[in-house]
Amino acid sequence: MPVTDVSHDMDTRTLTIVAEFAAPLQRVWQVYADPRQLERVWGPPTYPATFVDHDLRPGGRVTYYMTSPEGEKFAGYWEIVTVDEPTGFTFDDGFAHEDFTPNSDLPVSHNEYRFVAFDGGTRATYVGTYASADALQKVLDMGIVEGATGSINQIDGLLAT
Amino acid sequence: MAEDDEDRADALFHALADRTRRDILRRVLAGEHSVSALAAGYEMSFAAVQKHVAVLERAGLLTKRRNGREQLASGDVAAVRSVGSMLTELEQVWRGRIARIDELIATEEEH
Repeated sequence: MPVTDVSHDMDTRTLTIVAEFAAPLQRVWQVYADPRQLERVWGPPTYPATFVDHDLRPGGRVTYYMTSPEGEKFAGYWEIVTVDEPTGFTFDDGFAHEDFTPNSDLPVSHNEYRFVAFDGGTRATYVGTYASADALQKVLDMGIVEGATGSINQIDGLLAT
Repeated sequence: MAEDDEDRADALFHALADRTRRDILRRVLAGEHSVSALAAGYEMSFAAVQKHVAVLERAGLLTKRRNGREQLASGDVAAVRSVGSMLTELEQVWRGRIARIDELIATEEEH
């Protein structure tokens, strides 16, 4: 696994994860710049993602939906804030209605993705901040839980405390 | 811990002490299910499954609503999740994405 560091900040509900990829910076950037590549990595095989709009520029919008095993669609959108090709971008990630208009009843999370050339490869730092516990829960409920592992882990955690 | 918390913990542990109930909870945390659909998955009577559902409901792990003649059960995620466990869950999702990026990059290098 190329993940090298993970930290959780309970107070700010921030998740930071650092990974090292054996590929040049430009190649890692391509994964995000190309919607066809992005949808291959964004959702697990059980919840495939389909990217519809993909405008990776400041103020641009990226829209996508994920399809559950039951065929239910969960739509989301990114509002791109800053773009520094190929070293990173920041965006707000929110929920959308089926026509991709933002669902303002649901929370928005702030994300910062940074990439640096490192040791012949690329080090990626992903930071996601969620406004509330409710926001975190909604994101997980969107169907991005990989299989039922999340639920099983919760129960195991409960039994272990 | 306050007395109420202890009572709640008792109810939780009692609810989770049974294998079938843990299985039901896993299923309803993943999405809403009718009690009859849940019952179809087990070698026991509908009434027995209903009892299990009632225990989970009393422990606050599951909520039920009526929809016509059906009873629909869904897991109360908030009861099971804390911020810590949610960040851990999200971490798993992100790890999955990172692993898939790694695979995508690796498969190309072989071409």
